Amino acid sequence: MTQVMDPPSLDSATQSPGKLHGVIAEFETVNDIMRAAKKTRAEGFKRWDVHSPFPIHGIDAAIGIRPTILPWIVLICGITGMLVGLALVLGTMATDSIDLPGLPGAAAPIRGYTFLISGKPFNSFPAFIPVVFETTILLSAFGAVFGMLLLNRLPKLANPLLKSVNFRRVTADRFFIEVQALDRRFDKDKTTEFLKGLGAVSVELIED
Amino acid sequence: MATITTQPKIPKPLLDNTGDDPTSRAPLVLGDNDFTSITDKVAGIAAGKPPFSWWVAFLIAVSMLGVLGLLIGYLFSTGVGVWGNNQPVSWGFPIVNFVFWVGIGHAGTLISAVLFLFRQNWRTAINRFAEAMTIFAVMCAGLFPGIHVGRPWLAYWLAPIPNQMGMWPQFRSPLLWDVFAVGTYATVSLLFWYVGMIPDLATFRDRCKNKYGQFAYGLFSLGWTGSSRAWHRYEKAYLLLAALATPLVLSVHSVVSFDFAVAQLPGWHTTIFPPYFVAGAIYGGFAMVITLAVPARAMLGLKDIITDRHIENCCKVMLGTGMIVAYAYSIEFFVAWYSGHHYEQAAFMNRALGPYAWAYYTMIFCNIIGPQILWFKWCRRNVFTIMFAAMCVNVGMWFERFVIVVTSLQRDYLPSSWAMFTPTWVDLGMLICSFGLFFTFFLLFCKFLPVIAMAEIKTVMPQAHDIVHEPGEPYNPDEDQADYRPDHPVTDGEGR
Repeated sequence: MTQVMDPPSLDSATQSPGKLHGVIAEFETVNDIMRAAKKTRAEGFKRWDVHSPFPIHGIDAAIGIRPTILPWIVLICGITGMLVGLALVLGTMATDSIDLPGLPGAAAPIRGYTFLISGKPFNSFPAFIPVVFETTILLSAFGAVFGMLLLNRLPKLANPLLKSVNFRRVTADRFFIEVQALDRRFDKDKTTEFLKGLGAVSVELIED
Repeated sequence: MATITTQPKIPKPLLDNTGDDPTSRAPLVLGDNDFTSITDKVAGIAAGKPPFSWWVAFLIAVSMLGVLGLLIGYLFSTGVGVWGNNQPVSWGFPIVNFVFWVGIGHAGTLISAVLFLFRQNWRTAINRFAEAMTIFAVMCAGLFPGIHVGRPWLAYWLAPIPNQMGMWPQFRSPLLWDVFAVGTYATVSLLFWYVGMIPDLATFRDRCKNKYGQFAYGLFSLGWTGSSRAWHRYEKAYLLLAALATPLVLSVHSVVSFDFAVAQLPGWHTTIFPPYFVAGAIYGGFAMVITLAVPARAMLGLKDIITDRHIENCCKVMLGTGMIVAYAYSIEFFVAWYSGHHYEQAAFMNRALGPYAWAYYTMIFCNIIGPQILWFKWCRRNVFTIMFAAMCVNVGMWFERFVIVVTSLQRDYLPSSWAMFTPTWVDLGMLICSFGLFFTFFLLFCKFLPVIAMAEIKTVMPQAHDIVHEPGEPYNPDEDQADYRPDHPVTDGEGR
């Protein structure tokens, strides 16, 4: 059975009063963290999270994470990419009499440039498909990557959790439950006791 | 804890996972490894001093990169006449090298995206460095058309930049499609590689003792803490990127093949080119994966993670795509005969019997005959036979592009405009030294970045799925990943 230890920072927290961010509890195995996560959720906490070195299968259901809206962001970016691609190829290849809106600061309006190749129509749509396809993929990929980072509030280089030495193992081999002080049910002593009772190998208060 | 009555059973460590027993799934990580030891092994490569062999390889690669720089300087200062390119073979080595390198990149995306969509969990061990290979191969590929345009200081004309001349690129041209396809491919591959690396960079950040390392890894890991909510979105983003990269990678080499197939030239104007080029790209790319993986796993001590089974799987993929390539070679000849088109027939007779027949038969031997040894299991397990097959394909795939470019161009419709193509020392020097560019970056990657996708490897270890269910607990199918627990007996009989 795991031994509950009082980490040194619990004492130092009383000496140097800073703004309390929350409390973290360390677990050793996937089984322990899953069990603890289910109990933490049952306790009614809202502002809490599980931190792990890799995505744990089933953790979403265990702590009640709703599906992300990311696919919709990617869809919108994909449609935008397709429209940008279409505007680019049709505006430059299939028109030259219409002035396209100029870029801000441009000296002259931007015009297309029609030229006849082997008697093919100016709007040779099949030949434009590869470019439209690539801009669709490019903007969708931007949406997936930057949308994910935005939704995750990253980059976030200053994070009180990163000050904890114990927490450094979260990217290697340990699993953590973080309960934030902002949670309405948070109580410094009671929450610490609760997390100890879940079988944490260490419990630590985190200051901002 | 009173609730935990039975400790999860972890299968005994295995040392050989190349068995063919269909009743059990082979483990993906060998030896007595857990999350800690995997992290120590992979992070230890970046933390420790590189082995002597790394320094030797790096010195050679950097020297070759320097020579490449000098050759490019000579080219720019003198002109494209320093190459063997002539009329009618105006494409010559630069385009051969371009197609060769961009093809190599495709295996990385196949491993990282296509095998991910197909739930081929063994990909986790090799995907990171295969993706790195993709990025560096695309860099080498991008170099050659860039310096081949004749006036490289005007290469920006390839991009649709509004300008005072009112000129635009020709969007009907396959060469311009290439700019968009390869440009998108390089960007998306880089993003895919980087997104996959964020959690592992965070691992490096948390273990780094060096101030500069902490700053750099800290900056690029973006403050990742492994939050479950972050992982949820991350996994979704990764899946979406894989789903986007799959059609993208197929489009890229299809578009490269359009450079040839859309032209009217006999030997190029064939509809089989897109699938044939994609299969060839994956074939050549897997050969390069093997060429890099076999020495790297020995040099970096990663044989528990990149196991014999991984190498064997790569050999099987190579064998499979090689058969598609062999089929394409034969069907090309059949179609030339069946079309009744004299020029098409002449082009293929010229390939097999003309002045470049030696290149054609080198290609046939290296791509079709040599790798057939991989049908034998012991050949897929012996390092020398594996490397022989991979080297055959590396050479053969370069000759394939040489045969396609040179034999078709050198003799087209009018015999009066026929000519031979002879590479100069600059041609050969640039081909050889492009490997210096590739290996310099690859060796730096091996030293400073996570060579193995640690976070992903951990998800396919049995320890990640040892969840003991309590009786009466509602069944959650997400937790039940029996696939990952090869020899785990089904004991806790809830809901299975």
